[in-house]
Amino acid sequence: MSAPPIPTTVILRTEHLGRTVKDKILVQDANFELRKGEVLAITGPSGSGKTSLLRLLNRLDEPTSGTVYVEDVDYRNIEPRELRRKLGLVTQRPFLFPGTVADNLRFGPAQRGQTVPSEGIEQLLSQVGLKDYSGRDVANLSGGEAQRVSLARTLANSPLALLLDEPTSALDEAAKHEVESAIQKVVRDQGLTFVVVTHDVQQAIRLASRALVLDQGRITRAGQAGEVLSA
Amino acid sequence: MLNWFFHSQLQLGLAQALVAALTALTLVLLARGRGIHLEGETLIAMVRGLVQIIAVGSILVILLRAPRWTSGIVLAGMIMAAGATSARHAKGIPDAFRVSAWAIAFGAGSVIALMTALGVIDTAITTLIPIGSMLIANAMNTNGLALNRFRADVLAHSGEIETALALGAEARSSVSPYVQASFEASLIPAIDSLRSLGIVWIPGLMAGMMLSGARPVYAAIYQFVVLAMIFAASGLTSLVSTTLIRGRVFSPAEQLLLQPGR
Repeated sequence: MSAPPIPTTVILRTEHLGRTVKDKILVQDANFELRKGEVLAITGPSGSGKTSLLRLLNRLDEPTSGTVYVEDVDYRNIEPRELRRKLGLVTQRPFLFPGTVADNLRFGPAQRGQTVPSEGIEQLLSQVGLKDYSGRDVANLSGGEAQRVSLARTLANSPLALLLDEPTSALDEAAKHEVESAIQKVVRDQGLTFVVVTHDVQQAIRLASRALVLDQGRITRAGQAGEVLSA
Repeated sequence: MLNWFFHSQLQLGLAQALVAALTALTLVLLARGRGIHLEGETLIAMVRGLVQIIAVGSILVILLRAPRWTSGIVLAGMIMAAGATSARHAKGIPDAFRVSAWAIAFGAGSVIALMTALGVIDTAITTLIPIGSMLIANAMNTNGLALNRFRADVLAHSGEIETALALGAEARSSVSPYVQASFEASLIPAIDSLRSLGIVWIPGLMAGMMLSGARPVYAAIYQFVVLAMIFAASGLTSLVSTTLIRGRVFSPAEQLLLQPGR
């Protein structure tokens, strides 16, 4: 069986990206590319700068050195709201807004004056395995369901790439499996590009095609996930 | 009982201040028992307050004989001091002093100016400064409450705020619920004062007016007038302050600056 073709279109490129706060180096000289359709895992020990790097990609924090190019445009020249729509972030804890699942899914598009019809909501929910959940109050969801709603809510913004920050670290094994399956289904069905931050090496191998290993804010290894993470 | 031991007015006043301060310090000790440390802040505030009021009391005689235009300078100075005092409740928020000073200047200043122009507040310095200071002091308290609540809410909900930002929300709209809550909470004391007027408390101004010979009904009505002015000044201050401060917790790139542990 031949190996899957290596995606070539670069949608995101970091150039000497770094952030230092009060003399503490969070991320230092990060240089890497993200190609269309790939799943890139960022892994490393606790406090190695994984989440800090992800926040820089979404520009929730400002780099103190270097920059990021999104589709060859320096992201400092992209309006922050548009940038964040393009690079959708799913946080470790799913902060759902009070209301129904459908209300949450409509939040992102509503910021641009767009409405998502009921069929669109159902389609998004079926992608994450939550068909018929649209009318449910988010207060009554389990941790795994809430995280999948958070994923669908970010997908509703039609992003170029999804940035997932430890999406299963707060979940039990069963819920972790549900969320991983939802991610794999989106990758399979839509060919969407993902960056997944995880401290779980096995999860990184299961989900990602490529991986970066961070230590003390620096990328120490990069390459095919199986090779880099098995070493 | 104190007047059995102290016969001069100054000595009696100092003894009364000491007893009141000791009562306040009892509260500090009680709070300490619950692990809340108010010692430093309370001591500094009490000493500062006493020194300030004695200093003002000493120059009040001169001040009240000064020309009318000087009241504008005095009130402007009070607004600056009120801005600096209430801005302390917004630790970590850039520009808090400027926001506070503008909010109080607009809130209290516009009410003082309008009411003076309409003749509700007499232009005599002996009326304008005491009533103006009441409005400024209450605006300061309201502003402090609004900033304190807003800061606490933003810190407690930074995850929700950043989630909204990450979904493409406008920075200012991502903190709207907390702006609203801060505004409402800051007005609780002013609303309660109006609501309980004459039942829970009879303010000093009304008692003072009656003692100096004013008709009780007029004194009562004027007290309502003052409280309504306080409510208007406080509400306007809080409205301006919460409107201006919400943009200050974000960078130009719409990044949340006020975060726990930073």
